[in-house]
Amino acid sequence: MLTISLTHYVVLSALLFSIGLFGVLTKRNAVAVLICIEIMLNAVNINLVAFSKYITPIDFTGQIFSLFVITVAAAEVGIGLAIIIAIYRNKLSVNLDDFDWLKW
Amino acid sequence: MYVEFALQHAWLVPLLPALAFVAIVFLTRPWQMLSAILAVGSMASSCVIATLAAYGIFTNHEYVEKPLVYATRWFSLGMPAMPDLQINVGVQLDPVSAMMMVMVSFISTFIFLYSIGYMNGEDGFSVFFSYLSLFGASMLLLVISSNLLQMFVAWELVGLCSYLLIGFYTHKISAREAAKKAFVTCRIADFGLLLGILSLQIVFGTLNLTELGEKIAHFEDYTTFGILTMIAVLVFMGPIAKSGQFPLHVWLPDAMEGPTPVSALIHAATMVVAGVYLVGRTMFLFHEVPSAMELVAVTGAFTALFAATIAITQREIKKILAYSTVSQLGYMMLALGVGSLTASMFHMWTHAFFKALMFLGAGSVLVALHHKADVWEMGGLVKKMPITAWTFVIGGLAIAGIPPFAGFWSKDEILVATLAEGHYVLFAMAAFTAFLTAFYMWRMIFLAFFGKENPANHPKESPWTMTVPLLVLAVGAIGAGWLGTPWHNVWAEWIYFGSPHHAAANYGAMMLSVVLAVAGIGLAYTMYLKDTEKVKAKAMAEKYSTAYRVLVNKYYIDELYLWFNHALVDGAAKIFYLFDIYIVDGIVNGIGASAKVTGEGLRVFQTGRLQNYVLIFFIGVLIVAVLMAFVGPSNAVPVMGGVK
Repeated sequence: MLTISLTHYVVLSALLFSIGLFGVLTKRNAVAVLICIEIMLNAVNINLVAFSKYITPIDFTGQIFSLFVITVAAAEVGIGLAIIIAIYRNKLSVNLDDFDWLKW
Repeated sequence: MYVEFALQHAWLVPLLPALAFVAIVFLTRPWQMLSAILAVGSMASSCVIATLAAYGIFTNHEYVEKPLVYATRWFSLGMPAMPDLQINVGVQLDPVSAMMMVMVSFISTFIFLYSIGYMNGEDGFSVFFSYLSLFGASMLLLVISSNLLQMFVAWELVGLCSYLLIGFYTHKISAREAAKKAFVTCRIADFGLLLGILSLQIVFGTLNLTELGEKIAHFEDYTTFGILTMIAVLVFMGPIAKSGQFPLHVWLPDAMEGPTPVSALIHAATMVVAGVYLVGRTMFLFHEVPSAMELVAVTGAFTALFAATIAITQREIKKILAYSTVSQLGYMMLALGVGSLTASMFHMWTHAFFKALMFLGAGSVLVALHHKADVWEMGGLVKKMPITAWTFVIGGLAIAGIPPFAGFWSKDEILVATLAEGHYVLFAMAAFTAFLTAFYMWRMIFLAFFGKENPANHPKESPWTMTVPLLVLAVGAIGAGWLGTPWHNVWAEWIYFGSPHHAAANYGAMMLSVVLAVAGIGLAYTMYLKDTEKVKAKAMAEKYSTAYRVLVNKYYIDELYLWFNHALVDGAAKIFYLFDIYIVDGIVNGIGASAKVTGEGLRVFQTGRLQNYVLIFFIGVLIVAVLMAFVGPSNAVPVMGGVK
């Protein structure tokens, strides 16, 4: 019978992270990029929780850390969306290709 | 009691004028008369103290062999080349310095007094007196120095004051240029003097004059052959410029741009005799080096003749006097070079009186004629300015060497000393110079004071502040030489180097110098007074026009220096300019250009697209992670630039 080991979690986490990264690099829509960032963060959370369970089961360092990540992620999304709305009001667009003010 | 006080407190002599300088600059500047009185008063007090101290020195013959020295530590350092470098500062009183102290303070007092009349109504009256005070203070400090470094400091102070005073008329470009010329010329030579002083410290470990004298007399270090010669020549460089010896005499005639009392001060009492005095002070050094003595003697004799020939053709009254000073300084150097400190100091003493007298007389004339300086445009001034004219005549008799006036005795002393040492060529040069001196001096006197009056001039005699100094100095110009007559030579009993000279009266030399002087005056009389239209003089100038032009243009020495500056200094500057443009600027611009090229290359990464940045960031993280995996975290940190 197949038991779920640490490897499975890590592979899942890596897959999620890669999917998120791919999204961040390819999506044109700023909101979609934010969502992809959330996916990457949650991939990290899975990693943290899994390592916590399998390697240091006694103290909950990894789990508590993941709670912090969730909190920070919520704040980050809040700010991110606010920025996107502010840009949208200026440019009437949420397409990242239009956000090229940082160019020389 | 007073004498004892003066001997113990001789340091007051330079200090009082220095205090007057400070007081005038900071307190009394708005009140002109008060400033002038302060300057004259402090110098007169110095003169009193100096005279008392000199009385103390000249009544005790012990001081000739053992100078009265009191000194204190100035600073001490430890350096590899000079371990235990200890520099003292102090006062050294012996007959030479006592004589100088009296001479400088006495002459300065009367020049200061004269300046009140001369500078009346000029801008910067108070400032002028503050400079004069500083000048006197510096010179007196130089005179009483017991240490060569202290002397050098005073030496430079004198140079600074001459710069300030020559350039006193700051609105005149020529005055500013002359001041710069004087300063720069002296600085060039002072570099040599400084090197000489440093070498003395390195070789002998002391700069105190008395100690140096003893050490040099017993110097037997044959391993460093020639070191003394080198030091002597280096030390002599300073006096060459300061005392206007060829080839660095060029600044002295230009120094006439300053107010006339300054010319008198520079030429008679302070600046230029400093060089002669320094050589006299370091006679123990020159005495050991016969070749350096030769150099001094030849330089002196050549300068004397050289300057006298230039003076023949000059037209400005002060220029003629300036070249005569150069010439007389040459005499003093010649006397030092033939080893006669007595004759040199004696001539300095008499020269101070008659040259100060003539400069002040020239100043009196210039004031009366509203600064018209050409002697050809004067004439007949004796009727309107009798005091100035007759005192000037006394000065002229003194410098020409007519007995019993002062210059005769001292010039005779020099001629006899030169002859006694067997320098026949130098003797001939000096004798011929004596003839020229009488000629050009009396040419000037006949042209300026006698003959036809120039109707364009309306001269009148100067006020008492100007004529009293003239009269006092005239007395000096008559009598100052009686101290050193060949029959009863008081002077030589006190002021000598080594052992006193007892040269018997040399009637041959005496006759010769009188004949030469009379011949010079007679020639001047026939050419410039009897011949009212100056036909002979003009004919001479035309007949020998090449020689005349060379003399009028002062042997083109200034032009030579100008050429040297233009051709060599400016030429070198052009090469350095190219170096600056292409090498120095090239490096700086190259750094700038490289930053620009790097920027041009790197700007392609600056796309402005967020996702590109994210990708680059991710790749960076990946590289760090791979590095961590391969070399281990603790080794990776330093690789990435952190501290392990």
